[in-house]
Amino acid sequence: MLLADLIRIKEQELAGRKPFTLRVCMAAGCVSSNAEAVLAALDRAVKDAGLESQIEVRPVGCLRLCCEGPLVAADPDGKLYKKVRPEDAVSVVKALQGGPTSVRTGDMREPFFEKQFNIVLANSGLIDPERIESYIAADGYVALRNVLRDMSPADVISAITKSGLRGRGGAGYPTGLKWSTVAKTKSARKYVVCNGDEGDPGAFMDRSVLESDPHRVIEGMIIAGYAVGAQQGFIYVRAEYPLAIKRLQTALKQARQFGLLGSNVLESPFSFNIDIRIGAGAFVCGEETALMASIEGLRGNPRPRPPFPAESGLFGEPTLINNVETFANVAPIILQGPEWYASIGTEKSKGTKVFALAGKITRTGLIEVPMGIKLREIVEEIGGGAPEGAKIKAVQTGGPSGGCIPASELDTPVDYESLTKLGSIMGSGGMIVMDETTNMVDVARFFMDFCVDESCGKCIPCRAGTVQMHRLLTKILNRQATESDLKTLEDLCELVRSTSLCGLGQTAPNPVLSTLRFFRSEYIELLQPKSPSPECASTAEKKGEPADDKPVEGR
Amino acid sequence: MAAKTLTIDGQLVSAEEGQTVLDAARDAGIYIPTLCHLNGIQDIGACRLCLVEITGSPKLLPACVTKVQEGMEVQTSSDRLRRYRRMILELLLAERNHVCSVCVSNGHCELQTLAAEHGIDHVRFEYLSPRLEVDLSHRLFGMDHNRCILCTRCVRACWHVEGAGTKNVAGRGIQSRIISDLNQPWGQSETCTACGKCVAACPTGALFNRGATVAEMQRDRTRLEYIVTAREKSQWIV
Repeated sequence: MLLADLIRIKEQELAGRKPFTLRVCMAAGCVSSNAEAVLAALDRAVKDAGLESQIEVRPVGCLRLCCEGPLVAADPDGKLYKKVRPEDAVSVVKALQGGPTSVRTGDMREPFFEKQFNIVLANSGLIDPERIESYIAADGYVALRNVLRDMSPADVISAITKSGLRGRGGAGYPTGLKWSTVAKTKSARKYVVCNGDEGDPGAFMDRSVLESDPHRVIEGMIIAGYAVGAQQGFIYVRAEYPLAIKRLQTALKQARQFGLLGSNVLESPFSFNIDIRIGAGAFVCGEETALMASIEGLRGNPRPRPPFPAESGLFGEPTLINNVETFANVAPIILQGPEWYASIGTEKSKGTKVFALAGKITRTGLIEVPMGIKLREIVEEIGGGAPEGAKIKAVQTGGPSGGCIPASELDTPVDYESLTKLGSIMGSGGMIVMDETTNMVDVARFFMDFCVDESCGKCIPCRAGTVQMHRLLTKILNRQATESDLKTLEDLCELVRSTSLCGLGQTAPNPVLSTLRFFRSEYIELLQPKSPSPECASTAEKKGEPADDKPVEGR
Repeated sequence: MAAKTLTIDGQLVSAEEGQTVLDAARDAGIYIPTLCHLNGIQDIGACRLCLVEITGSPKLLPACVTKVQEGMEVQTSSDRLRRYRRMILELLLAERNHVCSVCVSNGHCELQTLAAEHGIDHVRFEYLSPRLEVDLSHRLFGMDHNRCILCTRCVRACWHVEGAGTKNVAGRGIQSRIISDLNQPWGQSETCTACGKCVAACPTGALFNRGATVAEMQRDRTRLEYIVTAREKSQWIV
């Protein structure tokens, strides 16, 4: 396949377009609220009205405003039909020609969409994720073709470095640096791994990207493979995402048929293959060393680093491992240039970030915002604040590895450094909003419960420490704990953070630490005044005791 | 092989390139506590007792898998490290039922020794006191899960020294268990060669010879060490 073929496919696809389009969201959220029946009903309604030559009913990826699903977007008038039922189909089709409709409608100028900025999700909700032609019509695989024809691997890496892209899995490691390390490690065999083991509670960014635009991720991986000199790629997806797996399988098959994968990609000397590996439901397999052990067929346990995967990864070979969203950023950077990408965002955090907005908020869904946007803009303008006028208390980012940011800090810009400074992390993009009814100790216990379940059990601080932290939090919630229990809890947090083997353990105390930092009074209120109460009150007042205070040991 | 010079606890130490900090320290007579480490068996850095401070590294590093570097400055027993080690040991003691007075390994137990070394006379955490099974189905050996600390020394000895692959870990987190084959009773295992290397490798009273009673379970680690060093030095009698 050559550029001419890509252009021919694009032209054919565009020539086949009809004056009206109804785009039906077929991502997992809408599918679970009956979008498949809506799609079938719309098809039938169009046929019954004899408008097949006028209206295209296209299944597409995520239309983002998940709380209002099933969603149907209409072109060219830009209307967005919300909570569409199969019996609404006739009325939607009529409305397309100016008739009235009983369905609630909105459009892309709503505040939910206005502050968003599309790079990763540019195709999401526009193209049919199950047809490669639809992706090619949106300039898909042009970046790959440009790379293979005009750029050396070093050029690609330098473009990624210049763009300032950082790992979207959460830690924010500079992507260009990672690529160049793998490229420089000498080995006959190298691997590219895409981490799609998204497991944070409330997070669904990677799932939506894979369901809405699988070819974008595949294209990014092929470009990465060319840049670092790898021949084989793996996409590791969790088994809980059957729709994403199905669409990826379809996409990979199509890419092979079109000569975009396999020997001599786009008739160049470069060969690259991608296979899917399905996770078996362990959160810890999102940790890179555990993920690679799992691909190798071993128990998904992390191992100490160094050696880092770039040096010795999958099957002991140099391995590039990036998150789904990171790979999805690659093609736009190549197409529109690293300077364009670097112009978006803040000084140290470039580009955009996709978040899954959930919790006590009026509009939940998938959003993509430029880095540096204020949390307040996300929560109040895009999300519309807490429902029924309730007051927002905190925003949780980063899942079980992150922390709770209090409402008083909502003017914090969203970038890697600012969130870390507040004791949270950017994380992979889960964002859970909490209102005043939320008990913060309970929130900490919820995440600790998750960590107890998901600890792999290899290292002692995480395996036994999380269980003890969970017990102490339960004790506090049951109003049975004393000041010394709180001290033990803090000591445990320090221990687990400093001594655990992998990132899961090292960050497991974060939800406790951040709630202790901003909502300490809620913990204190629940303590038992066992010792004479004046003393208890005085300790409650001085925030953060000196760290060298010895625990009550009774030696 | 190039030699490296480093400082461990203020003492200048020379080490071979590729040696771990733990080996270099032990060669120099500096003690670093360990539990999941066993000479000759692949190290996994899991027990976190051998964590040391290295100047210039923000994180604590496990001495058993960290390679020596020229000019490295290592601290093996700061107050902070001793505090962490004590807590890790307490966590272990609270996790399962480590009742020395009725244990086959009383007096010969690495966990007991370490606890004594760290002055643990009580545990600040709640005892989880799980009721776990004792597998006595094997004709020669027994496995008491109540005493197991999941160091996986038995698993590694079984896979990497004996090559039988009988022992493994099932479950996750606090639910992790050492199993035989596909979680069958040990006595029904079709892969177990009854070599006893797992028993020799166990640091506590979890694996024992049948018939051993309280405090009688002494291990002969020299047997295991002999096999390992013989393999390294190719001293097999053909």
